[in-house]
Amino acid sequence: MPSLKKGSWSIAGVCVVLGFMLAVQFRTTEEMRLPDGDISWQRMEELTDRLRALEEERDSLKEALRVAGEEGNASPRDEQLKILAGRTALIGPGVTIRLDDSNQKVKVGENPNLYVIHDDDLLKVINELRAAGAEAIAVNNERLTATSEIRCAGPTLSVNNVRSAAPFEIKAIGNRQTLEGALKMRGGVADSLKIWGIELSIDSAEEIYIPPYKGSGKFTYAVATEEKEGGA
Amino acid sequence: MILPLLGLFLGLILGAFSPVVIPVAYAKFFSVALLASLDTVFGGLKAAHREQFDNTVFVSGFFLNALLAAFLVYIGDRLGLDLYYVALLAFGFRSFKNLAILRRYYLHK
Repeated sequence: MPSLKKGSWSIAGVCVVLGFMLAVQFRTTEEMRLPDGDISWQRMEELTDRLRALEEERDSLKEALRVAGEEGNASPRDEQLKILAGRTALIGPGVTIRLDDSNQKVKVGENPNLYVIHDDDLLKVINELRAAGAEAIAVNNERLTATSEIRCAGPTLSVNNVRSAAPFEIKAIGNRQTLEGALKMRGGVADSLKIWGIELSIDSAEEIYIPPYKGSGKFTYAVATEEKEGGA
Repeated sequence: MILPLLGLFLGLILGAFSPVVIPVAYAKFFSVALLASLDTVFGGLKAAHREQFDNTVFVSGFFLNALLAAFLVYIGDRLGLDLYYVALLAFGFRSFKNLAILRRYYLHK
């Protein structure tokens, strides 16, 4: 290649420039690629647009939520309704009542049924507590709600369709003195149960925990309607 | 043949360690210029094998081609014409053709 040798130096010079350009271009491309990985410009712009749209949507929804919150203002009432329905766990001062079957020996000719706790005994106690202003009541940690039953179920009692046997523990939140007094009243529930030897103990405490009602809140038959005059 | 290769390596090393970075706005022009230079080098090699090599033509072609290519792309940008792709296509096409011719020369040597 004689002709190539003739211009060898100039070719070398050109090659130096070419190499320099190649290297610079390579480094530039590397640096451009580093911050955004392999994401193309088009994809990046698309994502930026979507981000902006979503941010706007979020802001408008936040604003709508704030307005709705101001208009509704229903949270304190909601809380009250939830307590009333037994949907929230509660804590407060109150009493714990323990009821157990009698230890007395059954006398000959007497009905042994009289010496065990019955559903109506429990109902009397609970009725008395409610009359004394108990705000929440639970029997063996079953919260009593507006639809709770207390029913005799063979040797056990059923509350909220959950069976439990003696001893029973009734927890009530309310004024401690009033609750205790209502039960211990002369000729009251405690007195009448004592006749049969049914054991009843009352503990007053500063903090009583009452669990929420765990059942479902489904209504199959009842439908909410407008209030009517005269209950017609 | 050794001297050009040495020159190429020297250029690569210089470029790799120099702090020069092409701004993003000019990266397009630079890449077109680079492709034009490459094309000129392949063209020069081909000419050498055909015993037609002219030093002046080669060196002037190298720089002028690169500058003109970058300038054309710049003009295209101003006019709203994407001459960038046209330049890539034209120079790329010629480079591959020249490479094919070079390969044949080396095979028949």
